[in-house]
Amino acid sequence: MRRYFARKLLIYALTFVVAVTVNWMIPRFMPGDPVAAMVARARVSQPEAVEAMRAYYNDLFGFDEPVWQQYLHFWGALLQGDFGLSIWVFPKPVADVLLDALPYTLGLMIPSVLLSWFVGNWAGALAARRKVLDNTVLPAGYLLTAMPYMWIAVILAWALGSKAGWFPLSGGYSLDIQPTWSTAFAVDLLQHWVLPFLSLFLVALGGWAIGMRNMIIYELESDYSSYLSALGAPQRLIRRYAFRNAVLPQITGLALQLGVLVAGALVTEIVFAYPGLGSLILAAIQNQDFFLLQGAFLFIVIGVLIANFLIDIVYVVVDPRTRTGMAGGQS
Amino acid sequence: MGTGFRGRTAATLAVIALAATACTGGGSSAGGSGGGGGGALPRNETLYTTGTQWGPPANYNPLHNWDHATGTKGLVYETLFHFDPNEGKLTPWLAESGSWTGDKTYEMKLRPGITWSDGKPLTAKDVAYSYGLGKIEASSFHTLWSWLSDAKAVDATTVRFTFKQARYQEWDFTLYGQPIVPEHIWSKRAEKEILDGVNDKPVGTGAYTLKSHSQDRVVWQRRDDWWGVKALSMKPAPRYIVDVSNPSNEVVIGQLGQGQLDLSNNFLPGASSLIKSKKVVSYYDKPPYMLSANTAWLVPNTTRKPMNDAAFRRALAASVDTGKIVKGVYGELVKPANPTGLLPQWDKFVDQDLVSREGFSFDTDKAKQILADAGYKDTDGDGLVENKDGSKISLKLAVPTGWTDWMEAAKVIASSAKDAGISITTEFPDANALNETRGKGNFDLVVNNERQLSSTPWTYYEYMFQLPVQKQQNTVNFGRYENEEAWKLVQELGGVKTDDTEGMKKVISKIQAIQLKEMPVIPLWYNGLWAQSTTGSWTNWPSDAAGAPKYAPALWRNWLEMGGFEALTQIKPVK
Repeated sequence: MRRYFARKLLIYALTFVVAVTVNWMIPRFMPGDPVAAMVARARVSQPEAVEAMRAYYNDLFGFDEPVWQQYLHFWGALLQGDFGLSIWVFPKPVADVLLDALPYTLGLMIPSVLLSWFVGNWAGALAARRKVLDNTVLPAGYLLTAMPYMWIAVILAWALGSKAGWFPLSGGYSLDIQPTWSTAFAVDLLQHWVLPFLSLFLVALGGWAIGMRNMIIYELESDYSSYLSALGAPQRLIRRYAFRNAVLPQITGLALQLGVLVAGALVTEIVFAYPGLGSLILAAIQNQDFFLLQGAFLFIVIGVLIANFLIDIVYVVVDPRTRTGMAGGQS
Repeated sequence: MGTGFRGRTAATLAVIALAATACTGGGSSAGGSGGGGGGALPRNETLYTTGTQWGPPANYNPLHNWDHATGTKGLVYETLFHFDPNEGKLTPWLAESGSWTGDKTYEMKLRPGITWSDGKPLTAKDVAYSYGLGKIEASSFHTLWSWLSDAKAVDATTVRFTFKQARYQEWDFTLYGQPIVPEHIWSKRAEKEILDGVNDKPVGTGAYTLKSHSQDRVVWQRRDDWWGVKALSMKPAPRYIVDVSNPSNEVVIGQLGQGQLDLSNNFLPGASSLIKSKKVVSYYDKPPYMLSANTAWLVPNTTRKPMNDAAFRRALAASVDTGKIVKGVYGELVKPANPTGLLPQWDKFVDQDLVSREGFSFDTDKAKQILADAGYKDTDGDGLVENKDGSKISLKLAVPTGWTDWMEAAKVIASSAKDAGISITTEFPDANALNETRGKGNFDLVVNNERQLSSTPWTYYEYMFQLPVQKQQNTVNFGRYENEEAWKLVQELGGVKTDDTEGMKKVISKIQAIQLKEMPVIPLWYNGLWAQSTTGSWTNWPSDAAGAPKYAPALWRNWLEMGGFEALTQIKPVK
């Protein structure tokens, strides 16, 4: 067990170094010059003044150093939790900008991904056993999966927000309220959370349900099920075995979903004007904000790694074959 | 899976969901400082506005005039003067009076009894100090000191400015543009902190202080001991101003519809139908609905063939169907520009005789005629003219992607130019990429509206003619047009005193003669001072109706000094 995790951790550490390096490189190979853009925004036209400002900002952001030094400094700062200053929201530290947005993204994504996974699998597994359910869950699932996300979000906003007036249309919380530890604020926050959550939840639901239904049917028709059945095992037991096998690919799917979760749902955040990481990433690209982009990607890399690690652990728990493999010294 | 498992799952999920929401609450409360009790602001004392910022508030540093939270200058920090576009003159603000006491000296007297929000009095030394900050080389107004030589506090309320070169026009512009900061706080800061500090506890002389801020908004709170209540008999009506950063036009329209927003300074496509259906009000209740704020120009790159030929530029100007842009693209939200491009507020400076003789208007036949006279012929019979040397003309017109109104306008320009025989195709690069190519001169044609209304048309002429042309043209003369004579005249205009209207007209008329002949940039239409207000919570918005205030209802950067602040003192709560 220890060897298994040690090896996994080593792989994650390597992945991290490579990912961070690539992450550092990408914005620097992007076309465009952020300092030029910044100086241009300052509406300064006299050449001496432009040069002075340019030199000043190059120095401030460390662009005047040789590339290898920039790279080393980047690691040094990173290990101290320093992501640099944002260019777009100058001079706020990138870490602050990201941390302000992170709770919204996580608060939206974790429940919607997990809940749609649980409910989807449950509905799919149920559907595989009952003809009536299968005839309703399957078409509904296909409908939900096939619907463009944009469309479902807009329909929800229109029906539940605009027409029924049950939920607010946009924002993380009302314009007239200030973030405090109060019930009023928590209720307000929850109200704003419902629509974006619901849209993400519904869109993911169908895929999970269909996947689970198909997996269960496949497992129920496999040789071991037939064998168990021939032995006279109760139907309930066979279904439990089928379920445990069928859920494994679904867990892998969840791992992938959890990984990109930190990136947020860009479209959701735009449709509902919900504050979060997704819209930050878009703004960072549009404003050539190297540091913000770098920081955001770093969050994603860390998110993917953590999610994968967690799923590795879950695998050990749910799949006895992994444990057997470890005992044999293979992973 | 049995029911037991299902029940447990649901319970677990509920806990996760709650925990996640709790986290959200904790995280975002970091932004709020001193939020009152329940947190809700009273609706009848709060003004909700949007359309001034596009991202999280970045800083509250008035010297960072291009990206500080809007309102930092205007609501917290103030300038010596304001500018009244209706009267076309400066009105004393922090200053009680100011005048040129000699050709190269300007003396300014402060109003007595003005205090900073920390209680300390404003003195002449603060003013001298604030102007002196421009001496720092990396400061954005460092160039002021290439013609200003000294700013000195003579006594507690008098500041004397002496100049190396008296640029009267530019000086007026500076007087209502330069914020005054408290010396007793700023002099303790390091240079870096002064230039780029966040300044998140701004102390100003203004009518508002910063109450709180978060990712998508800034909340300003009124100072009831503000000096203007007594000295100007003015009191801004809203106790709180919540400035919401603009997420998207759709969201803004939704919030206006629900009455959550009181004032939107966004360009909203289809605003005219909102106004006609009385959902929102604007300055005029019929076209063009809005006041004019700036001119949109078609900028040809005069270093490239055939745009280096004035005759070709004149033909291009005559070929553009501006009327179609105004009606078709904007639904008459904008006005077609005068041939000189000067805003309606500057009408008195337009040499009408000259314009009636030399001015251009949309006329495809005239455009064809000019092209033919200048020797541009269609040699290969495709209906489009070629260069004089027979090579094909194929121009690219670039406007930023996502600026849907400009993109549509560009298509109109291209198609109407084609009717006159000029081949133009449109392209829509990313705004930053376009800024860069524009600055470096790697373009054929762009549309640009860099310069806003100001106290003097001099700013427009600097925009057209500034020399010498640099490697990088950041703000002016993107077309790299070189005309020594015109630039000399512009400098001459800069040296005319601003109360000498006749003297200004004389020089401007000479400049306009060159402009209309040479067409370094082609005026298209006047962009509006976009302002849509709802009347559910606040009324008495500025409009052209009798008895209504006439101030410009905009809280944009630099517009608070041009009537935006005064408009706030005029609105009235509904209940």
